[in-house]
Amino acid sequence: MSGDDVAPSDATPGTTPTPTPPTGMSAGRQVLVLAGGLSHERDVSLRSGRRVAEALRGSGLEVSEHDVDGSLLGRLRTEQPACVVPMLHGDTGEDGAIREVLELLSVPYVGAPPAACRTAFDKPVAKALVARAGLDTPESVCLPHETFRELGAAEVMAALVERLGLPLMVKPAKSGSALGCSVVRTAEELPSAMVGAFAYGDVALLEKFVEGLEVAVPIIDDGSGPRALPAVAIRPDGGVYDYTARYTAGSTEFTTPAPLDAELTAEVARVALTAHEVLGLRDVSRSDLIVDAEGRVWFLEVNVAPGFTETSTVPLAIQAAGLDLGKVCASLVQAAVARSGPQE
Amino acid sequence: MDNTPSPSATPGPGTRLDSYVDRYAARTAGMTASEIRALFAVASRPEVVSLAGGMPNISGLPLDVVGSAIGDLIAGHGPVALQYGSGQGDPRLREQICDVMRLEGIDAHPDDVVVTVGSQQAVDLVTRIFCDPGDVVLCEAPSYVGALGVFKSFQCDVVHIEMDAHGLVPEALEQAITTVRAAGKTIKFLYTIPNFHNPAGITLAPERRPQVLEICRRHDILVLEDNPYGLLGFEGEPHRALRADEAEGVIYLGSFSKTFSPGMRVGWALAPHAVREKLVLAQESATLCPPSFSQMAVSAYLSTHDWQGQIKQMREMYRERRDAMMDALRDYMPASCAWNEPDGGFFVWVTLPPGIDAKAMLPRAVTARVAYVPGTAFFADGFGSGSMRLSFCYPTPERIREGVRRLAGVLEAEMELRETFGAPGAPARVLEGRSGYDAPSTDLS
Repeated sequence: MSGDDVAPSDATPGTTPTPTPPTGMSAGRQVLVLAGGLSHERDVSLRSGRRVAEALRGSGLEVSEHDVDGSLLGRLRTEQPACVVPMLHGDTGEDGAIREVLELLSVPYVGAPPAACRTAFDKPVAKALVARAGLDTPESVCLPHETFRELGAAEVMAALVERLGLPLMVKPAKSGSALGCSVVRTAEELPSAMVGAFAYGDVALLEKFVEGLEVAVPIIDDGSGPRALPAVAIRPDGGVYDYTARYTAGSTEFTTPAPLDAELTAEVARVALTAHEVLGLRDVSRSDLIVDAEGRVWFLEVNVAPGFTETSTVPLAIQAAGLDLGKVCASLVQAAVARSGPQE
Repeated sequence: MDNTPSPSATPGPGTRLDSYVDRYAARTAGMTASEIRALFAVASRPEVVSLAGGMPNISGLPLDVVGSAIGDLIAGHGPVALQYGSGQGDPRLREQICDVMRLEGIDAHPDDVVVTVGSQQAVDLVTRIFCDPGDVVLCEAPSYVGALGVFKSFQCDVVHIEMDAHGLVPEALEQAITTVRAAGKTIKFLYTIPNFHNPAGITLAPERRPQVLEICRRHDILVLEDNPYGLLGFEGEPHRALRADEAEGVIYLGSFSKTFSPGMRVGWALAPHAVREKLVLAQESATLCPPSFSQMAVSAYLSTHDWQGQIKQMREMYRERRDAMMDALRDYMPASCAWNEPDGGFFVWVTLPPGIDAKAMLPRAVTARVAYVPGTAFFADGFGSGSMRLSFCYPTPERIREGVRRLAGVLEAEMELRETFGAPGAPARVLEGRSGYDAPSTDLS
């Protein structure tokens, strides 16, 4: 019997389903995943982009990947992708700039609009807005490096330590992947931590350090309304969830759903949803929170383009929710396409 | 969407996202993601002037000649070139390697040569056959990051020896040997790059060479002479190799990566008879044999092309780039910086003004679209933050000048910041064994 006598079946386990574009998306038009860029998080972005692109292909979509460079606009105009998925971390990707350009070109994209990105990417602004909405966020002070120069760094730092106490966190006001972030446990460590933060930007955020369980709570909205995925508890071996702990497999223990009682599980979800809505985010976000020993939930920051690398928390939460990464990504694409109206 | 979430209040088991995490050898302890290494991903973009990587500039290679030689190789000797070969390496190539080494005064027999996958593998094999965990390897301060990685992976203790403008300081070598032995530790060898040092750009002065050999001979310490840049001097004849004056106490490492093609991955070790036997066995257990095709391609290149003329052209090209870097450093860098003027090789070592931390400054440099390697990459003990390695081998002279101009601006901003915050205090918490790798991967220019 020749192989031609047996017709392949779509239902056969292990076979690849025939690609079908999401509803409202024209056949033959691709999804373009943007990854790379010139930010300090280029490496993370490339890894996130590759994983999302593979997941989308696995769900039957035609996908290509592109860096953010001088050829991008030409490609967008020529190929007119059905949707862009900006997996860009750090500047340009999360500060709303690239999304502003996508709006200019009327290209549908997954994720928050530019203005919301600008707000969320600026940690002090985001903290102020969520605090106004009633969420707890650690007391903090935000200062540009000129202030230290003009007023005298020693006096300003002394005032900061007096106000915030020790230990405290020092972060660049706009950054991701914990780049430039330090835990300062003694006043002598503060100058180096400040220099480290200012290496990534001109404004630093100094924040009271809150001891507790670090959790990440992703929010997904496929068009039917934002909902929280299971919280991911993060326990880095060294006690600090820094760049190495984030991107070295094996150096951090993740527990999903986080070991929280029902009340706290609901509370971390509420906090993340509130942050998502108050900041005007869309499609996907990830809030980083701390649950302290008294059960109080503290908002630290929110990411408008959360990582999807092999060691990132959003894919863990998707898996823990019993969902498929490819299908979730495809549903976000579909929501973005639907939002933009019918395509030619 | 058919993806209905089913959140559960029952926590699942924790995961480390690496099911092998408890099974790795202790030597993998430092193999972690590095914030600094991640920054080098940006250096691959054309907007960034990378003065970081040490990629040889092979733009001048006669690709038509190489292509023709490789075509003839496959047509005439394909069944041999595409087959396993000897663990020691191709006999014809080993003869040619002896011709190459003769330029540096070495009189060697092909039987004492072991071909390796770049001289990097030779460092690995030598360390493999000599070093147990805790053994001491003496290295210059600073030293080649790739060798330090090998020593770390074999759990050796690296003890750095001071260098000055004339290379390794003999008195410091003597002192270190005494101190290490007094502490009851075993020194296995001295690893040294005598010519156009990576990263320091320094050459060991001729009058110091016999002193270094005499000290090592007297203390019965093997010398591992790594000489990938020896033929890339900008003035005069090649320096006489240490191995030329000491056959029994020196293992010499050479490479075609800088003088022909790094992609061929062909290097070699010249070792005393007994050591060579062990290197061959170690090579066979590591790779069975070095790649036949690459060896025969290198051999064909050496046979059919004026390779010495080609190296002369390379020297001229690198000298032009060195000059561009020297001019730019003089024109742009703050007066409180210091650097050497290398007379060969790829690298300049820059000492920064007091209080400046090259590692902490790198993100600012990347923002300004210029990259370098912080000095910490070249020390096994955490030192070197006040220095950086600049490479002039790959960018054009114009790009080098632009890169140094950008770097000077970065440095001025950093100096202002340091002035604001005073001398750096205690560094913010550094986690034990979590230093990662601070150097770029090899494919970044």
